[in-house]
Amino acid sequence: MAEIKESFFSAEGLEKRLAGKKFWKTMMTEYWIPKDINFLWAMGVVLATTFAILIISGIFLLMYYKPDTALAFDSVNYTIMQDVAYGWLFRHMHGVAASVVFLIIYIHMFTGIYYGSYKKGREMIWLSGMLLFVTFSAEGFSGYMLPWGQMSYWAAAVITNLFAGGSLEAWGLVEWIRGGFAVNDATLTRFFMLHVFLLPLVIIKLIVVHFYTLRIPHVNNQSSEDIDYDAEAEKYLAGNKKESKVIPFWPVFLSKDFAVLGIFLIFYFYLVFFNYNFAMDPVNFDPANPMKTPAHIYPEWYFLWSYETLRGPFFDMFGLKAGDIGLMIFGFAQIAFLIIPFIDRDPDILPAHKRPRFFIWFWIMIIDLLVLTVYGKLPPTGANAWVGFYATAVFLLLFASMPFVTKADAKARGAL
Amino acid sequence: MSDKTNRRDFLGMSFAAVAAVGGAASLVGMKQAWDPLPSVLAAGFTKIDLAKIDLVPGKPQTFTWRGKPIFVLEKTADMENFDGDLVIGDKRYTISIGLCTHLGCIPAWKKDKWKCACHGGEFNSNGQQTFGPPPKPLNIPPFSVNGTVLTLGEEGEQSKAMMAARA
Repeated sequence: MAEIKESFFSAEGLEKRLAGKKFWKTMMTEYWIPKDINFLWAMGVVLATTFAILIISGIFLLMYYKPDTALAFDSVNYTIMQDVAYGWLFRHMHGVAASVVFLIIYIHMFTGIYYGSYKKGREMIWLSGMLLFVTFSAEGFSGYMLPWGQMSYWAAAVITNLFAGGSLEAWGLVEWIRGGFAVNDATLTRFFMLHVFLLPLVIIKLIVVHFYTLRIPHVNNQSSEDIDYDAEAEKYLAGNKKESKVIPFWPVFLSKDFAVLGIFLIFYFYLVFFNYNFAMDPVNFDPANPMKTPAHIYPEWYFLWSYETLRGPFFDMFGLKAGDIGLMIFGFAQIAFLIIPFIDRDPDILPAHKRPRFFIWFWIMIIDLLVLTVYGKLPPTGANAWVGFYATAVFLLLFASMPFVTKADAKARGAL
Repeated sequence: MSDKTNRRDFLGMSFAAVAAVGGAASLVGMKQAWDPLPSVLAAGFTKIDLAKIDLVPGKPQTFTWRGKPIFVLEKTADMENFDGDLVIGDKRYTISIGLCTHLGCIPAWKKDKWKCACHGGEFNSNGQQTFGPPPKPLNIPPFSVNGTVLTLGEEGEQSKAMMAARA
């Protein structure tokens, strides 16, 4: 570093010290985005905004919430909901945003899968994104425990009980996670710590990593064209904006993002003010009672598909207990989408509609996840159990078949 | 290899050793901070005196042990004898953890059996599954017997034998 003579208290002095203009150029005005994109490319900014809403509403909830089994329920349902000015608003904003953030994550994820944005140079974006998904899931689960209602308690009991499944019981893992023999005060307080401190910290770091991994390979585009960013940027900077295939992140791309964001926020606040009930399970307005199980336990909608893979195999197979098989498939489901870049054997990056077999694979996957989601909410009895079983089998078969499906597409195209 | 390289290797290995010991020690500390507290472990034992709880044959009572419901049923004369019964004097008891082995709901006693409201599972007065999705009988908590006093949480001969008979 050279010695800087300009005063600290001058614009030039600050610029010399921080190189703000260079940083702004790299991150904003000369960060190039393809023109050939659609509204689905706005989901990243929508997610960042939703996360900001979660943090801000969370801060206001945090000031009155009490992480103690004797106080938690009333601190949420009386203090925050009835005494704190606009406490109800912050709670509904937080609950609805927690639900909607998963909707957007799923759209974001399947946009990536559809357009092949996870492969051949963009693996790190995909991996950091999937880690974000896993961390967001943990964040959602730990937050759901905090109001200490019946669903909070029993969801916590059932999910922590997964760590006592099969041969895990002997390790005492579930008692360690809970800090007791059942879900108790220690469990609530440690999950509170995870929810308001450790997991948000990890999420923020992962978001930074996610942006970083995206900056160099750039975003994909609708036709998955391999763009020469230097050449196209030169055209744009020379004033040849119409011919150039790219636009700068700021102000051009973000202005489009803000339009999508505006529509999203109208939808979001409509839910917050007029339809918040879907995120507020009525069962959770009964205080937690370890001696009384609610008639039917189910997770929030965004966990239903993986919950159903847990219940899917309901009879013993291959010398394994039904419960153990379910646990293994459930474990696999959590990380299944992480491995997609490595089991896609098509050497080209192309959108799904140019990969006919993969196109069918993609839509079967979407339908299968919807079926798993719907049946995850229904009691697993009679025919429902069989639908769950077959949908779980299809889920596994889709992953097993992906290498062959993608390879067949490449062969038919003559790329292999 | 020159002397210099050796000295650097030594420094590197010393640093790695110190870091590994420190890292491992802090992991042990952090792990133990999450362990159940001594007070929680001490409260993990529950005593039930069968002679003093006014048990009516055919009507089970529910106790709490480690946050779980425990069913204690004194069998009536017309209920079948079962190897998994706890026999004290001329009385026969069914002792169970009152959590359905399907998905952990708490079944309710209806006349002569436990019925689970969640998914319709049923258990007879022996604690064995007779209908619906439960994959195995109700579990038996580990306990020891001293006269008519059960100490839940302390593995004894009877509870082991009863569990074996029920499975």
